[in-house]
Amino acid sequence: MNNTLKLVLAVGLGILILAAPLLFPTYQTQLAVLWLMVLLALTWDIMGGQMGYNSFGNIVYFGVGMYTTAVVQRGLFFNVEEYTNLAGGTESQLSLLDYLLSLGLGLASGALLCIVLAVVLGAGILGLRGHYFAICTLGLGIAAGEIASGWDYLGAGSGLVTPLFPETFFNRGIFFYYYFLILAAVSFVVLRYLYSERFGLAINAVRDDEDKAESMGLYTTRYKTIAWSVSALFLALAGGAYGNLIGFIDPMDVAFAGPTLGVWMVLMAILGGKGTLWGPVIGATIFHITQELFWTYLLGWQRVALGLLIIIIVVFFPRGILGWIREQWPERFGQRVEGEEQR
Amino acid sequence: MDNLQLLIDAPVFTLQLLIDGLLAGAIFALAAYGMALVWGVMNIINITQGEFVILGGFVTLYLSYLGIHPLWGVPVSALALFIVGWGVYRLVIFRIVDRDLFISILATFGISILLQQLMNQLFGADIQNADPNLGTLFLFNDDVAIANIKFVALAVTIVTGVLLILFLRKSRIGQAIRATAQSARAARLMGINTDRVYATTYALNAALCGATGSLVVMTWVIHPFIGLIYTVRSFMIVIVAGLGNLAGVVVAGLGLGAAENFAGFLLGTEFQAAFVFSLLVIILVWRNYRLGKKRQYLK
Repeated sequence: MNNTLKLVLAVGLGILILAAPLLFPTYQTQLAVLWLMVLLALTWDIMGGQMGYNSFGNIVYFGVGMYTTAVVQRGLFFNVEEYTNLAGGTESQLSLLDYLLSLGLGLASGALLCIVLAVVLGAGILGLRGHYFAICTLGLGIAAGEIASGWDYLGAGSGLVTPLFPETFFNRGIFFYYYFLILAAVSFVVLRYLYSERFGLAINAVRDDEDKAESMGLYTTRYKTIAWSVSALFLALAGGAYGNLIGFIDPMDVAFAGPTLGVWMVLMAILGGKGTLWGPVIGATIFHITQELFWTYLLGWQRVALGLLIIIIVVFFPRGILGWIREQWPERFGQRVEGEEQR
Repeated sequence: MDNLQLLIDAPVFTLQLLIDGLLAGAIFALAAYGMALVWGVMNIINITQGEFVILGGFVTLYLSYLGIHPLWGVPVSALALFIVGWGVYRLVIFRIVDRDLFISILATFGISILLQQLMNQLFGADIQNADPNLGTLFLFNDDVAIANIKFVALAVTIVTGVLLILFLRKSRIGQAIRATAQSARAARLMGINTDRVYATTYALNAALCGATGSLVVMTWVIHPFIGLIYTVRSFMIVIVAGLGNLAGVVVAGLGLGAAENFAGFLLGTEFQAAFVFSLLVIILVWRNYRLGKKRQYLK
């Protein structure tokens, strides 16, 4: 491939990505969710792929961010409790300025809370290793969902309705498409920077041999906590917006959706190739499209098919797409850790 | 916490919760036997545990629809699940026995999602139970009421535990299982077909879960998506008791049942599941913290 062709391809893809919600207005939500999926896979890979800490509980930050955002959005203008579904679930309409202001404030407080939560939880949980960490975080994710579905202030099991999106200049789908696109892009750039720094080498050292890394003088706990906080930050920002995109927060199916989003993020990273920068992006894209096709063509059995897909990927394809490519053509990758980039 | 005052005012209520909880714990311990077995022998943490329990419950439920007394479901479910477990091993598990633990956790998680959805499609998502009509036992001037089925459950757990120990000690295949647990390589060199040992172990685990499920459907209720909590309970019991300690499993199971019952009463039943999952996190962090003082970690 010569350079002109590459440039044309890159520009074409860029335009397609930017114009997608305008070209396919019926699929705006699905397209926005595609970028959410990319983000989920990327943030999971910080811990699971690069650091070797396979977390099933990252969904906690997603859910906490979502609830915090919604509560702040409500609380700025109304009494939260009156607007839960439990108390009748009255709809509320804000002006565009109020909406954006409250959304921004809600996202910021959600992100802050999640970082604090990651540091606090990390102090106890990040000391666990291997499968104990995996099971512990699995329990954490479900515990959070169960607590949310028992907590009356948040509407308990019947959920919480987020404020309606004021459809003036642009509609909800377009707004959140660009939001998730920018968020995914920012997280990609940030992670790329972090992995190229000392931080990336340190967490890879933790993955390869934690005891050795510690005895070489690395403050492993500090690096582990930072890694978890970074995922928590992006997950909170994603969760808060996802709640508004869906418009209704169900504790088990939307916020702390362990069996769906929580597992998918692991699966997407593995499918693409964990421990690589591009792997989660590719895995998320392929997974999301496959899953949407399942919904369309296997109605009723789509979740059965998904379970089957998980088993097949994990058992037969644990190295992922990029891992497989790297095995086939190792010389194309040199010694680099990132998946792509040949200029 | 309003209920705390109630407990202080009426001490007999404490007794009710305690007996009820201990007997419930016996049911959890039965499934935990299986998890300890699979974990100890095959080094696999079987997330599918809970789905096997629910599947066993459905077998008993459909048996009771046929007009057969649900108590017969205990052996029938065990037998049916033995076959299911053998099939699952032959299809998937044998490929992941030697792989790292994360792969096996994720793969069994996938099987558990698959089974949940299959049950949802085949049996429907309704909350169901099979009433054994064994009546209720009243104690202490009728202040304490315990469903008789729970005593049956305790008996089943103890008898199964004894049989399991005898099986592992005396029978040929039981000895092979213990040999494989000690060293799979050495066992293979001694001419033991470890693949068959693993298949038997996994199927035996499924059978134990099936019997558990049969008791669950008679005592409480089942629906396709309730399985995971039984996995977590088994896991917790096994970590507290340690691998290869069946008596410890029973004690830990009874303890968990009682603790859960009190928590459900004090915090409200809507938080009972939350308590179980939080307890898992707390136990793991606490044990790791204790080990951390000796510069060790949970392995």
